[in-house]
Amino acid sequence: MKIRDWRSVAFTGATGLATLCIVAMVAVILGNIIWNGAAQMSLRFIFGGTSEGMFDAQKAGVFPMIFGTVALVFLMTIGVVPVGVITAVYLTEYARRESLITRIICGAINNLAGVPSIVFGLFGLGFFVQFVGGGLDKLFYGGELHYAKPALVWAATTMAVLTLPVVIVATEEALRAVPNGFREGSLALGATKLETIWKVVLPQALPGILTGAILAVGRGAGEVAPIMFTGAAYYLAHLPKGPTDQFMHLGYHVFVLSTQSPDIERTKPILYGTVLVLLALTFLLNLTAVLVRAGIRAKLRAAHG
Amino acid sequence: MNELTHRRRRWGEWLAERGIFAVSLSSILMVFLIFAFVGREALPVILGQVNTARARPTGNLAAFLGVTEAELKTYDAETVKTLVELKKEELAQTTNPDARVNTTSWHMMFQPYRWFGYDKPEFIWQPVGEVPKYNFVPLFIGSLKATLVALLFAVPLGVASAIYVSQLAPPRLREIIKPAIEMLSGIPSVVLGFFGLIVLATILQNVFHYSSRLNALVGGVTLGLAVIPVIFTIAEDALTSVPKSYSHAALALGAAPWQVAWQVVLPAALPGVFAACVLGFGRAIGETMIVLMASGNASIVSGSIFDSCRTITATIAAELAEVVFGGPHYRILFLLGTLLFAVTFLTNLAGEMIVHRLKARLEGA
Repeated sequence: MKIRDWRSVAFTGATGLATLCIVAMVAVILGNIIWNGAAQMSLRFIFGGTSEGMFDAQKAGVFPMIFGTVALVFLMTIGVVPVGVITAVYLTEYARRESLITRIICGAINNLAGVPSIVFGLFGLGFFVQFVGGGLDKLFYGGELHYAKPALVWAATTMAVLTLPVVIVATEEALRAVPNGFREGSLALGATKLETIWKVVLPQALPGILTGAILAVGRGAGEVAPIMFTGAAYYLAHLPKGPTDQFMHLGYHVFVLSTQSPDIERTKPILYGTVLVLLALTFLLNLTAVLVRAGIRAKLRAAHG
Repeated sequence: MNELTHRRRRWGEWLAERGIFAVSLSSILMVFLIFAFVGREALPVILGQVNTARARPTGNLAAFLGVTEAELKTYDAETVKTLVELKKEELAQTTNPDARVNTTSWHMMFQPYRWFGYDKPEFIWQPVGEVPKYNFVPLFIGSLKATLVALLFAVPLGVASAIYVSQLAPPRLREIIKPAIEMLSGIPSVVLGFFGLIVLATILQNVFHYSSRLNALVGGVTLGLAVIPVIFTIAEDALTSVPKSYSHAALALGAAPWQVAWQVVLPAALPGVFAACVLGFGRAIGETMIVLMASGNASIVSGSIFDSCRTITATIAAELAEVVFGGPHYRILFLLGTLLFAVTFLTNLAGEMIVHRLKARLEGA
């Protein structure tokens, strides 16, 4: 065996070190948060509210934020999944790949994925809260204020627009992973194209579609900038009663605690606890999605050689 | 199957197809709506219809009194009269000559101005006060500074690890490293911002011994953590899409694996690596929570990365909650949002086009 060139060792070493650096940073961030956050975990913390002292580590809880975050992503999912899946169906099953309209749709999806989250916040405020909400108020309540204010429903719709590309891309990938033989077999048996999609292709692609939904939920649970002006509240004494109420949010609460706290050292345990809950929520979702997706990619490679 | 159900089915099929097509246009509609509705709120500033000068001609009574039209309608004649008197008195007492200046005009937003009490022209963002000052330059500098630090940190790491993972790492190691790096993109930006604020700020201050705890360096490095997965993913994808025949040919000619990676695969995928940097820039300039929490948010004009900085995104996030709806400050913030949207739109378009062309070329080869 020949002696390795020193340049080979240097090059491999340098790039390997860079990789190690990144992985180490991920480990440090997660380790730091888990280590410090675990100390705060208790049933009281998870199921308690903030009414007895938002900045007191012994009394504060995060249940209202968990509730608000879950309600937000739930409403968001109802909005985004049907639109995302139908768009993906069009792109994979109907559209001709190089036609102008397909390219414009793909361009719009890519663009939507790159719009800064704070711009979504401005959009949500300008379009959903003021234009749609204001329009509803004028139409049904004669201008009385019911909808034209920050609310759970507007935060959820804003977030649905933000997560639309996530759902589309994941679903597209899943649909393309379904071997063409399934479609051909179904069509050969006399099924129409729609029946083929509904009864053969979509069931086959279900895990991938779920991945898309999970990724969207993970993203939606973590984003803060879009909901700051469209529905999240700094503090609320009650849980939201309906979709037109404001809500508290884990991510927004992290921001509030770390920037508005009168004594950061005393708030730190709550802060770490809240971050850990948020991270656990988004991370478990992401991890599931990554694993399901890896399986789909393996299937895709097998299907297309 | 009889003729009737057959025909109904074809009609259903046709309708469903149209419906699916219509829904798939929603992405285009959304991009259009975002631009239209963010731009709509900024339009009066762009058209020069907003005027903050207080001693302006009394063309519009509501604007003169600093109330909205709707509010004005609720006042009776007596109240309006008193308000006008009060306003006139207030104006007579104003000693600051800048109160007569419209601070929302283009040159006030982009050029330095010698404010009352200052000895030289300066760029100042100070939207709350007797005379609101809306100069964008400090914010542009803040955004660029944080983004530059982020890219200086993220590009070498991201690209180097993309080369390692796609070309040099043993396949089994690759299967572990790739998801680990992709995990970084799953961490919400508010969590990264928190990490920068609580942990990184302390570490960096102990290393560099600067005075302001939160500054462009802390904000930028934290921002880099969010940019690394973007650069890594796109660069890795570009490097992987270089046909295997390239590297096989080079290996057959006796090149070492590192030479293949450095002299064959990387040059072939270079546009993709460049696109990764462009898209990383777009991600960094648009990121909000990280810079809002970790960069200190002082709108000062300074070239030093150890000074605090205030970015465009952080300004919108911090100030929008406290502005008067429809007022000059509100419209200025929407104008900043429109600019941000335009910048990221162009960077995304450029990045996508580069990747698209590269792939077409490599697939054709």
